[in-house]
Order: sequence, then C-alpha cells, then structure tokens
Amino acid sequence: MAVFGPKANLAVNAALVGAGGLFLTLLLMIWVVPVSGYNTLERYVPVQPVPFSHKHHVSGLGLDCRYCHATVEVSQNAGMPATKVCMTCHSQIWTNAALLAPVRQSLAEDKSLRWTRVYTLPDYVYFDHSIHIAKGVGCTECHGPIGDMPLTWKATTLYMSWCLSCHRNPAPHLRPLNDVFDPHWRRSPETPSGAQLMAAYHIHPKTLSDCGVCHR
Amino acid sequence: MTLATDDPGALPIVRPGVTLTSLSETVSGRLLSRRPPLWWWIGFGFASMLLLVLIVAVVNLFVAGIGIWGVNIPVAWGLAIAEYVWWIALASGGTIISALFYLTRSPWRAATNRIAETMLLSAAACAGLMPILHLGRPGLFYWLFPYSTVMGVWPQVRSPLWWDFTCLLCYILMSIMYYYVGLAPDLATVRDVAKGRARRMFYGVLALGWRGSARHWRKHQTVYGIMSAIMAPMVVSVHSVVGLDFAAGLTPGWHSTQFPPYFFFGAVISGTALVAMLTILVRWGYGLEGVITDYHINALGKLVLLGSVMLAYAYLFEAWGPIYGANVADRTEFASRIFGFTAPAYWGKVALNIVVPQALWFPAVRRSKPALFVISGGIIVGMWLERYIIVVSSLHRNYMPSYWGDYYPTVWDWAILAGSIGLFLTLFFALLRIVPIVAMSEVREIIAKDGAP
Repeated sequence: MAVFGPKANLAVNAALVGAGGLFLTLLLMIWVVPVSGYNTLERYVPVQPVPFSHKHHVSGLGLDCRYCHATVEVSQNAGMPATKVCMTCHSQIWTNAALLAPVRQSLAEDKSLRWTRVYTLPDYVYFDHSIHIAKGVGCTECHGPIGDMPLTWKATTLYMSWCLSCHRNPAPHLRPLNDVFDPHWRRSPETPSGAQLMAAYHIHPKTLSDCGVCHR
Repeated sequence: MTLATDDPGALPIVRPGVTLTSLSETVSGRLLSRRPPLWWWIGFGFASMLLLVLIVAVVNLFVAGIGIWGVNIPVAWGLAIAEYVWWIALASGGTIISALFYLTRSPWRAATNRIAETMLLSAAACAGLMPILHLGRPGLFYWLFPYSTVMGVWPQVRSPLWWDFTCLLCYILMSIMYYYVGLAPDLATVRDVAKGRARRMFYGVLALGWRGSARHWRKHQTVYGIMSAIMAPMVVSVHSVVGLDFAAGLTPGWHSTQFPPYFFFGAVISGTALVAMLTILVRWGYGLEGVITDYHINALGKLVLLGSVMLAYAYLFEAWGPIYGANVADRTEFASRIFGFTAPAYWGKVALNIVVPQALWFPAVRRSKPALFVISGGIIVGMWLERYIIVVSSLHRNYMPSYWGDYYPTVWDWAILAGSIGLFLTLFFALLRIVPIVAMSEVREIIAKDGAP
C-alpha cells in the first residue's frame, strides 16, 4: 500500500517552490534591510533638550557655522557651543521663552546641556573634522541641507560604502576654501574644476581609501 | 587502478549467500529496529558528552574572547587552524573514495562509499566550524560573502583565504547534494521495507517519490555520473587551496610550491585511514560481514599505504627545500622543526604516517582488521601532529629572531579539539540511525552482475 496518494506530488512541489521562494526572499532581504531607512536612521530626527533650529539661526539670521562649532577647523570634533555662547544672544532676546528654560537652567546650575548625538561613528573609525575642512569639503557634503533644517536630522547612512564613495572619488565633493561654510553653495562657471581643486589641495585618491586612513 | 583487482577469487566482494532481498532486509533492518544496539548507545552517549564539552568551550570563547586560547603573537594561528586543515583533510578522503572510485568503477567502493560520505559530512561540519571560532569576531564571518551594500568593499579576490572560503562552501554544498542523490534509491528501499506508518512517511518524504522506474534510473545515473565527475577534481582543488592558504604566506616553511599536492596527499592518507577505521567498526557493529568483506579491507589498506608513500615523498621534499636552498630563515625554521620545539611532534608524525604504515605492504597485516584499525588510528593522530607542526613551527621561527616565540595550547584549545571530535561522532552516530549505511542499490548491481542467487 502506498503511503502517499497523487495529491502528495502537489504538496511536495508546493513545498519546493515555497522553499525556493523563501531562500530568494531571504537573499533579497540581506541586501534590502541594511539600506532601509529603518536600519540606517537616515532622515531620523532625534529628540533634543531644546528644539534648536539651524534653519532659523543659519539661513534666517546668517550665523556662521563656526560661531557655535568653534573648533571645527582645528580639531577632530566640531565642538558644541557652551551655554554662554547661546546666552550671548539669549540673555537679551527671548529671555522668558519657555522653550529656552533648559538653557537658562544650564547657566544657573553651571551644568552643560546634554544634546542627543545625531552622527554617531563607531570607535574603530578615526574621523577628523579639521582635515576635511582644510581640504575643501563643505559642511553640507556630509550634513545635508543643514542650513534649512528646522530640527537636525541625520542626512546620510554613515555606512562605510558612503565614506568610500567620496574617498574614492573626491573631486565632485570639493569646493574653494572660502565657500566651505556656505550652506547654500552651488558650483558656478567660475568655480575651479574638481581636478584643479584636487591638485591645489594635494589630494591623492589612491591612498585615500587605504584601510589605515580611517581604521588606525 | 589495480588496487581492487588482485586475487579476486580469494576475496569475494560480496559473500555467497547474500541475496537481493537479504541485503535490503539486513541494511534497512538496522535502521528500523525499535531499539538501537547497546554499542550505539554507548558510542552516542560518549559522543554527546564530548559535544557538551564543545558547547561549553564555544560559549566561553564567544563570551570571553579568543584570549582564552594559547594563540598570540608570533604564533597567531594555533590549534583551531591546525584542526581546520585536519578535519577538511579527513572529509576530503570521503570524497576521494566515493567520487574518484566511482569514476574508476572500482567494485569495492559500492559497500563503503556511504560510510565514507557520512564521515565526509560529519567531518566537514567540524572543519567549517574551526575558522569561524578562530575569528576574533565570529559574528562578522559573513563579511566573507561578496556583499558590499554596507561597506562598499568586496572580499579580496587575490587572497587564498577567500578562495578557501569559496571552495569550502561549494564543496560542502556539493557534498550534501551528492550524498542525497546517492541516497534517494536507498531511502525508497527503506520506505518499502518499513512497517509503521510514521517511518514510511518519514522515509517516503525523504525518498522524494522514488519509484525505481527505468526513467528514474536513467536520470539518476546521469546526474550521479556528472556529480562524481565534478566532485573528483573538486576535492583535489579544495585541499590544494587549503595548502595555498599557507603557501601564499611569506613565512619560512610555508612559502613553498609543494604545498597544494602535499596537502592533497595528506587528505588521501588521513581520509582513507578514517574510512578504514569506521568501516571496520560499522561492519562489526551492524553485522555487515556479508557485504563488507576482506576485499574491501584489503583495498582500503592499500589505499592507506599509497597515501603513506605519497606523503613520504612530500616529507622528503619538505626537507629538501631548506637543505638545497640557501635561505637562512628556511634552514633555521626547519632545524627547529626537526630538532627543536616541535621535534617530538615531527618525529611522531614521521613514525605514525610513514614508518608504521609500511607494515601494510604485507597482505596479512593489511587484511587483519585490528592491525589496520590501529595503524589507521595512528595515522589520524600523526596527521593531527603534521597540521600542528605546519601551523606552529613556521610561525614560531619567523624571519626576525626578535620575533621568535613558543606556543602552548590552553585547556580551552584542547576542549575545542575534544569537542570537535564529539561533534563528528555525534553526527556520525545520528546518521547511522537515519540513513542506510551501505549503498544497497549499488551492491545489488554487483550481486546481479556476479550472478549470485
């Protein structure tokens, strides 16, 4: 007596097709899930103690990036402003605004504001702001349209493939040193070409993607 | 290949009295008996305990990190890499017997190939585990896959380590498919012999609707022949590439053109030695004297001897390089290998792999099961020593004298070794209860051809 009837063939075929489909789906997910926004937190807006608007301060009022991020040209870290920097203006204007209560409290208690980090790099990656500024990489190359962000969001994946996309081909991402801090800079006919800028800055892409450049 | 054709009258391939039906009932009956024999419980129990050792050792390794091992600079490759090579060589022996000797139509292969392939899969599982355990960050082993969406970096295709990964992956996948294709008709036999509904369902699903029609057989033979023709060169390439892992390193003692064949010779001797041991044990345990005869033992003994002779050639060449060449580092390393830190292991491997197996020239020794068993066991140990020496000796006497140092495995190194043996035995014993351990369909061919009743 046979154990299986003719219907068993259908079940086996369905199982085989299902297993193949499952395998292909998994394979696809290996590629898709890591680049999904859910995983990269791209365009994600972390909650901050004070809802600081770059759009208002930079595009609206015309503050220079370095007014607050004072060490960006000389240090690995761009630097976050001390509460007293905020208070250069806010001791005069919006002195009673409820939104700014944490800032006043910080000054009164002499305790730093604890901002939530938006761009987190792993410890095994060496990153230095100053060298990027010195070689003509504008703020917006990595931080996106930061001058137009009402609340700060993460503009890139920060994946290694993203870092390498520029380290392997830096030319299109360079600008004259005068324009590095311009949040609305656009390449114009007078702008020196990428190749000219590379030559001026002594950038050699051949060694720029060596492992040891970032993994020291 | 004349290994299998001497004195055919004296040593029957299948004992008289074994018929087509008695064969099916004997082999299937071993699987279908409700209670496994006592030796199986003892063996399986012992194996599971060793497997437990592996689980404890691996959990500790993952939690505490690779620092619990004895590896350090300069000897950064330790027992895990030695055992990787050891296990993959043992696995390769299974393929050599099942694929190479299928192509040569050697009749003794029919009753032993299933044992060889079961050993292959069990050993390949152990081999696949070792490099992952050896990684400082085992969770990132998938970086070996050509997958660049996140990092934007492809694996280094010029590195033998990556060829090795690719070869091993293809080899294991191919071996599983080869095993299964060969099994299909036998699983159908077990299904037909089985009594209970559950067992018939189980083997019925595994047999994938095999009915033994002429069309089934024709397709089966075509596929099996093609797969054998792929597997035979593949196994040569797999172990050669393992050899290249070392040969491509600019390290005295490793950087040698002889490594690919040297490693393949090692695979021949260690793999066939393990198949010989397991064949003797399974033959005794399952009472398969009817189909696994002195003919098979004799053939396996000759193969072990052939491996020993080939390996002796490799050992001579290994010594000849430093002696004939003018490289000081090579000579220093080799001197330390044979007279220094690894000297006991070196002379141990020479004795166990080369000197003792020469006894197999005598037919009486070759056909004596206890003698072949002991010699084969010695070879398995000797081959472990050989891998240990290759890995450790070269690293501990590298070019710079300031960079010299010794290597002492810790208790956790040994726990991984014991545990991997446990994993191998557990898989083998489990498969002994699930798959027909003799390829019935192929033995039937021999019975039919020889005109036995």
